[in-house]
Amino acid sequence: MSGLSDRLTSGGFAVTAEISPPRGAGTGAITETAGLLRDWVDAVNVTDNQGSNVRLASWAGSLAALAAGLEPVMQMTCRDRNRIALQSDLLGASALGIRNVLAMTGDHPKFGDHPEAKPVFDLDSIQLLWTLRHMRDQGAALSGKKLDPPPECFLGAVENPSAPPAGFRADRLGKKVEAGAQFVQTQYVFDMAGFGQWMAQVRDLGLHERCYILAGVGAVRSRRGLDFMRDNVPGVTVPDDVYRRLMAVPADQTAAEGARLAAETIKQLTTIEGVAGVHLFMAGNERAVPDVLGEAGIGAVRDGR
Amino acid sequence: MTARRPVPARPRLGVRLAYRLQRLLRPRAAWRWLSARVEASALARPLFTGAERQVKESLFGCRMCGQCALPVTGYVCPMGCPKELRNGPCGGVGRDGSCEVYPDLRCVWVEAYERASAQGRVADLRLLHLPIDHRRWGESSWLNYWQGRDDGLWVAGPPGPAVTGDTGGMGPSRNRERVLGGS
Repeated sequence: MSGLSDRLTSGGFAVTAEISPPRGAGTGAITETAGLLRDWVDAVNVTDNQGSNVRLASWAGSLAALAAGLEPVMQMTCRDRNRIALQSDLLGASALGIRNVLAMTGDHPKFGDHPEAKPVFDLDSIQLLWTLRHMRDQGAALSGKKLDPPPECFLGAVENPSAPPAGFRADRLGKKVEAGAQFVQTQYVFDMAGFGQWMAQVRDLGLHERCYILAGVGAVRSRRGLDFMRDNVPGVTVPDDVYRRLMAVPADQTAAEGARLAAETIKQLTTIEGVAGVHLFMAGNERAVPDVLGEAGIGAVRDGR
Repeated sequence: MTARRPVPARPRLGVRLAYRLQRLLRPRAAWRWLSARVEASALARPLFTGAERQVKESLFGCRMCGQCALPVTGYVCPMGCPKELRNGPCGGVGRDGSCEVYPDLRCVWVEAYERASAQGRVADLRLLHLPIDHRRWGESSWLNYWQGRDDGLWVAGPPGPAVTGDTGGMGPSRNRERVLGGS
């Protein structure tokens, strides 16, 4: 069963992180990162050709994490596979012990290393969530044909609280919850005021009682990374005061300041009603996780949370 | 499948007028009779479908998916979204409401949200759209609508805030009563 689900349903504060599989036919990097994260996070997302760049498959990366003793959250995007392939992937993942699945629409191919590729988008994220839930709960494929045995999965979604239209973002999460999302991980939270407003709408709709909300927290590692995030990552908003704060320290201190900012953000998030955990974007700086969590007052996995 | 790529289009028909026409064109005996006659004719059917294509392409940038969502999207075509999203915007909408794929163009869902809110129809946007049938590209969605073949396009979505004057619209009404799950 899903340890992430257990953590959340028991009322604990969950921590997840993200692993980007390598561009290559090896899993050594994943095993190494999993070793750094194992004692600190409940589960780790394995991205699905993130940014529309070819990488090792998310199901394979998820199996590598599992073998290294770290529970995976297999990300599935609608960009590259139609409804037949997506359903098939869930069956395979469930059969091999992957218990958490995160459904998302995915970036457009335009942003990656194969901009000439055919964008599939046969389903959207909400239709994918509904499809996966249907497979699990009705024990049938979209075609109506019986699945024996049906897959098991704890279903996740993503949301970006800071993207327009601001008035519809909580409603959109509502649609995802209605379609089957049991937990949601948000895009980076840098703008705490904006996130607070979104959470207020989420609570008004009662969604925090139907779905566990994990707020996205990014630890900026370098000035270059900060600029890239601000200018090139779709859907990420870096407010000016955050940008200025990270640029004000000498370049060799950016990672330390970024980690400090992440810890402060987590501390603030733990005080917001309805936030069930955090999702860390460490951008290769996984060694900083114990410090970030320690400074935010969150202990290791084995200590209970 | 259509050869035209999905590109966000700004509707040329005002949203109030669009909703008025919607009332006029709701399925009723006259439309059902007319559409049945058109469908039965090997000459009238392609002519009618061609006329629909002309009208809807110029007004909404229609790509003839044959499964029209316009009545519940503020009359902004979601098939103009480069990801063809029928359930709302992706997470990549620019701060200014621009499309992430075509930064010079407006996100169709930002436009849809504004048009629907202006008419008290945000509840429409909460409907859950099921996966479309790709065999129906090129068909007349008006004939499909009047003949009741559009009834499975969307189902009831999550409830909105407790207090609201927003009642949503009246797309195919049978759809609203259906809920997800079941079959």
